[in-house]
Amino acid sequence: MFFPISNSHISPVYLAAIGFLIGVLGGFFGVGGSFIAGPALRAVGLDWNFAVGTDLAHIVGKSVVAAKRHRALGNVDLRLGFIMAIGTMGGAEVGAQLIQMLKRAGNVNLVVSVVSIAIYVSISSFMIWEAWRTLQFQKKRRPRSKVPGTAAKQDESSFSHRTAAIQRFHLWPMISLPTSGVKAISLWVIILVSFIGGLFSGFLGGGAGYIRMPMLVYVLGIPTHLAVGTDLFEIIISASYGTFSHAIKGNVDILIALVMHTGAAIGAQIGAISTQYFAGPKIRLAFVPLPLIGAAIVIYTLMTGHKL
Amino acid sequence: MKAKTSATLRAFVVELAVYAVFVTGYFFLVLHFLAGWLQELHLHHVKTYALVAIVLIIGQAVVLESITTWLFRLLRGGRSE
Repeated sequence: MFFPISNSHISPVYLAAIGFLIGVLGGFFGVGGSFIAGPALRAVGLDWNFAVGTDLAHIVGKSVVAAKRHRALGNVDLRLGFIMAIGTMGGAEVGAQLIQMLKRAGNVNLVVSVVSIAIYVSISSFMIWEAWRTLQFQKKRRPRSKVPGTAAKQDESSFSHRTAAIQRFHLWPMISLPTSGVKAISLWVIILVSFIGGLFSGFLGGGAGYIRMPMLVYVLGIPTHLAVGTDLFEIIISASYGTFSHAIKGNVDILIALVMHTGAAIGAQIGAISTQYFAGPKIRLAFVPLPLIGAAIVIYTLMTGHKL
Repeated sequence: MKAKTSATLRAFVVELAVYAVFVTGYFFLVLHFLAGWLQELHLHHVKTYALVAIVLIIGQAVVLESITTWLFRLLRGGRSE
């Protein structure tokens, strides 16, 4: 199929299949999936600028589908999502400015690569430790539930004492998040968390769900299912902003994004529905390979010089 | 349990088949007619193109989500998950 905007020939079946895979991952983990979409679009000859912008447009559509499904399952905290969108957009702008500064200094590739590898590996290591510990605690404390799915939405974390300390940090204004079960938390903590997510999004590219979803769970104390759904809702707003910005710069082939999204629409529903059958620590444990795949791609790029 | 699993799998395959028909029709009808207009906007009216791009992707998401939810319900006797 010929796509005149980016002047490229790409099989629609390939695009829909990639969209489906990313949709399942996004619906289940609340991530954008740029670490797969970017290389997959580059692999069929799409220019890097189009791959980045088009991927963002596709993320908007996929997140709408997955967030709608999560909302139907009661997994979206709208208040938290709207507040986070503000911090994310601010962070994304600062991240993009940092990249420009590093470009001028002439060492953007090395700095971004080293920082991203360190971040990806740290997130994975921490999550594997925490999720494993929580699962061990649960195993020791109570016998396994005989009815499948009954424990799915119960959430515990062996890091919860630290999260409680963060929630006790009183800096006006304090707000409550009843949907997420948070009685009071400083607005600035939420803004800071989303700002960091946005910063990494602008600095490393993509939606940065690999850092925002864990921070929602461990820093803000949001239950994993709600963190996934709320992250997706927040991605709709921030990725729309990114899509608009890239489209103005001529980096979005919306026809490719629409075709990819036909696969993502069904994949995102399957991913979102699947979260019901897994408890929080298991979702977090399954999340661990995602940042490691991101790290592997960066290491490959650093060693070979080929940008995937 | 095995019967339930195979029924779910069968329903899923039917869903995929019906969905594939929808999507194929969509490729040939909608995208074919939109391509020229979108390319024109992309070249000469970038701000309008940016707005149209967001409206299109969100609009498609809402429509496809409704179709897939309807298919899920239809093929599973009223259950959506």
